[in-house]
Amino acid sequence: MASETKKILFGPVLQTNPIAFQVLGICSALAVTSNLKTTVAMCIALTLVTGLSSFFISSLRNHIPSSIRIIVQMTIIASLVIVVDQFLRAYAYAISKQMSVFVGLIITNCIVMGRAEAYAMKNPPVQSLLDGVGNGLGYSAILLSLGVVRELFGSGKLFGIEIFKLVNDGGWYVPNGMMLLPPSAFFLIGLLIWAIRTAKPEQVERNEYQLAPQSKALAAH
Amino acid sequence: MLEHYLSLLVKAIFVENMALAFFLGMCTFIAVSKKMKTAIGLGIAVTFVQAITVPANNLILNYLLKEGALEWAGLGSVDLTFLGLLSYIGMIAAIVQILEMFLDKYVPSLYNALGVFLPLITVNCAILGGSLFMVERDYTFGESVVYGIGSGAGWAIAIAVLAGIREKLKYSDVPPGLRGTGITFITVGLMSLAFMSFSGIQL
Repeated sequence: MASETKKILFGPVLQTNPIAFQVLGICSALAVTSNLKTTVAMCIALTLVTGLSSFFISSLRNHIPSSIRIIVQMTIIASLVIVVDQFLRAYAYAISKQMSVFVGLIITNCIVMGRAEAYAMKNPPVQSLLDGVGNGLGYSAILLSLGVVRELFGSGKLFGIEIFKLVNDGGWYVPNGMMLLPPSAFFLIGLLIWAIRTAKPEQVERNEYQLAPQSKALAAH
Repeated sequence: MLEHYLSLLVKAIFVENMALAFFLGMCTFIAVSKKMKTAIGLGIAVTFVQAITVPANNLILNYLLKEGALEWAGLGSVDLTFLGLLSYIGMIAAIVQILEMFLDKYVPSLYNALGVFLPLITVNCAILGGSLFMVERDYTFGESVVYGIGSGAGWAIAIAVLAGIREKLKYSDVPPGLRGTGITFITVGLMSLAFMSFSGIQL
């Protein structure tokens, strides 16, 4: 049982990572990672929402008619997100302002819906909770690594604390402003996927077309 | 006045492109951009739904949720904005469902063309994102109509362009680890870099 729990909880972090392997929940992954504070807030919020929504949906799974299940799931998820949103507004207003619409967009985050639909509707509550938290952690792992790279190289800071001394303040580091802009997030995720798939070749997608060899000599080779 | 709307439209389509500047609707953006035809179908569906839901949510906000909005019902001091998220997503789900039934009955050709994509749209973050931006920026009804059309069209253009690139890209020799998703992200990154050159445009 212990190993089973471990598998449910940590499998999504390494093996079936929601972002890198299943390509779900990208929107927020890209948008909030330009500094670490919002990244951490987003990670905690998403892990909580995924875990709890899986738990509640799973507890109600035998009472939800399948024709309206999407609406029911949406309502549960939206209610949880409202709680998170109100909490952030009350206790961390600055962060909530910076994250702007992306807190609300947790509702349509594919990871939350995906876990509810694929796992929580078929499994008992406690396992669903673990599965939700596990997927949240997998998401957080990618987000945190993006956040660290973007904030460190983009502004030489981590959590707003100076790590590299910037040229402007008489230091040596010339900040790479592009790290803070949208395109860098895409490049970083692309490179991250490349790294993961090089380490785990079984995740590589097959080519739709096979290139013909350049010449007969090469073909014979 | 017209100028203001035109400027908002251009801003929504190019400068603040939903997909490339705000990363909204990325899941479907990456997943459904393999073929030009399906990409355009989805793009049209998103524009359509966006153009209806943003103004509809604007009405909900102004006549039901905002502080003092319930004056007409004798509940002047009630502030229901905390119910916003739930109402917007409910509204979107309902409109998508109604639209699906309506098209099925009256415009079957369009229904067949969009069919598969309509239900997908409920969980497309670009749609909810559009409504949330409308709330955050306090658009009037007229502005929200323009913003809905513009942001939807911007998303549609972005996915059509990406599909065009990917159709060519599938014949190229990509390093194994980057195949499929990886190279798509790099491509989108380059597109987003190109779209950044629109920033600062004012009409």
